[in-house]
Amino acid sequence: MASKSWLNFLTFLCGSAIGFFLCSQLFSILLGEQGDTQPNILHNDPHARHSDDNGQNHLEGQMNFNADSSQHKDENTDIAENLYQKVKVLCWVMTGPQNLEKKAKHVKATWAQRCNKVLFMSSQENKDFPAVGLKTREGRDQLYWKTIKAFQYVHDHYLEDADWFMKADDDTYVILDNLRWLLSKYNPEEPIYFGRRFKPYVKQGYMSGGAGYVLSKEALKRFVNAFKTDKCTHSSSIEDLALGRCMEIINVEAGDSRDTTGKETFHPFVPEHHLIKGYLPRTFWYWNYNYYPPVEVSLEILLLFKYFD
Amino acid sequence: MLSESSSFLKGVMLGSIFCALITMLGHIRIGHGNRMHHEHHHLQAPNKEDISKISEDERMELSKSFRVYCIVLVKPKDVSLWAAVKETWTKHCDKAEFFSSENVKVFESINMETNDMWLMMRKAYKYAFDNYRDQYNWFFLARPSTFAIIENLKYFLLKKDPSQPFYLGHTIKSGDLEYVSVEGGIVLSIESMKRLNSLLSIPEKCPEQGGMIWKISEDKQLAVCLKYAGVFAENAEDSEGKDVFNTKSVGLFIKEAMTNHPNLVVEGCCSDMAVTFNGLTPNQMHVMMYGVYRLRAFGHIFNDALVFLPPNGSEND
Repeated sequence: MASKSWLNFLTFLCGSAIGFFLCSQLFSILLGEQGDTQPNILHNDPHARHSDDNGQNHLEGQMNFNADSSQHKDENTDIAENLYQKVKVLCWVMTGPQNLEKKAKHVKATWAQRCNKVLFMSSQENKDFPAVGLKTREGRDQLYWKTIKAFQYVHDHYLEDADWFMKADDDTYVILDNLRWLLSKYNPEEPIYFGRRFKPYVKQGYMSGGAGYVLSKEALKRFVNAFKTDKCTHSSSIEDLALGRCMEIINVEAGDSRDTTGKETFHPFVPEHHLIKGYLPRTFWYWNYNYYPPVEVSLEILLLFKYFD
Repeated sequence: MLSESSSFLKGVMLGSIFCALITMLGHIRIGHGNRMHHEHHHLQAPNKEDISKISEDERMELSKSFRVYCIVLVKPKDVSLWAAVKETWTKHCDKAEFFSSENVKVFESINMETNDMWLMMRKAYKYAFDNYRDQYNWFFLARPSTFAIIENLKYFLLKKDPSQPFYLGHTIKSGDLEYVSVEGGIVLSIESMKRLNSLLSIPEKCPEQGGMIWKISEDKQLAVCLKYAGVFAENAEDSEGKDVFNTKSVGLFIKEAMTNHPNLVVEGCCSDMAVTFNGLTPNQMHVMMYGVYRLRAFGHIFNDALVFLPPNGSEND
């Protein structure tokens, strides 16, 4: 008798535990659905959401960082505005069809707005973005060919619209104000170009492709001409080196882009790599490539911070 | 057999009813909290116009009158953040000290000899008050995952009298209690420190072991204590109502702003005079330091109302 009621009691307890457990699972699923959408917005790649919503209408999906918002009412930008008018920079961004939404879009929403003119160079034309179609293939080995065609396009369509012509990647950040400060000291009719100067392989050095580089109007003219007259070769799988070699052949000077304290202003990696002492090991190739001796990171940094998310 | 299965079924029913009741109760409590959300205490940053009315010399005197003592509560597992914090923003405190749960080699700290965060906090506040009550008038407590811009803190406090009981930061409401989240940093004026310290020795008001069933977080315990002393939490905001103390990192804010306000990412993001961000990695701290103090866009002149100079010999300011 006693054992039977004991057994009953046990099954009752078991039942209540199972009931409780099932119920809590059910509730957590029901509530979890609400709770999960919130972290999704935070942690999920926002780009994914954008392409979901804005498949057709690119204008609405347009992003604008809008840094000129109201809080800095007392900011005086006269000098910067002045430079914007005096030192005209055309930026062209090396990108590709698969990176337009992922990367180029963010370039467009942020720093590219500060160029006097910006063009996005892709292998295929995209009228909506808009991106210029260079009619090449994609791939690292196509970089130099894309670069040549891009500069050619710029030369043929926009030569008189700017004084300086900057090439940047879609994972680069450029601080245009500081670039203009650097370039304001030079004459765009001089054959000169700037970037992060590397010393190997080319006597006068060459500019790192990742850090971005900027050509004067004269340098652009000579570069485009060099291919018409076969002075420079079209084929190479190393874009920056090939360009550097060509520049030397056509007598375009490799300029010194360091600031007044001798610090570099073009940077081929993300800020962490440059700011944190010892981040890049002493045996890393980078230390041997730099044309100038290393000094701490610049106060007036210009640009280039590659490999950003 | 039949009686067993019926008692089993009865058990299942009772269990589910019990569970449902508990969940409902929990929901009602949360619902309550949400409804009373608008009863926050808000504290505003000083107005630009008011500041510019004060003469240049007076402003210098004013900026020098703020002495901020920074308390950073660390544990051995925070070592990499600790190192980053030590090399970056804490250099801008008038004095910064690290309070650790136990002694860690190489890193100087004051040993609290306890692993419990609330006990650590109590001891740290007591230590700070006993030793520095005459030298500092504002006390800022943070975890090493927080990045703080002390100059913006000083600007925020500019027209606030430290002999008044201020307790501010990023506030959260939990039921009836409004408390400052430790992740956004906690600011106490000297008056609040005084009141807090007089209560620390009264276990009925300010117990060392807060919760009965489960532990209450240290920031809530602090709020409870301070409430007894008549000190209430206030949420710090700028002139546009944006939080100045943040429990999230800049990256997270921007990600949210990109999804919620794609056309005006900056508007939807964070305050230009933010004091804290939380959840940064050590590398990000170095980048913040660089971005906040060193990187400048040429030709943009900010007419800052106050000028603070970097500490002597500092390499990354």
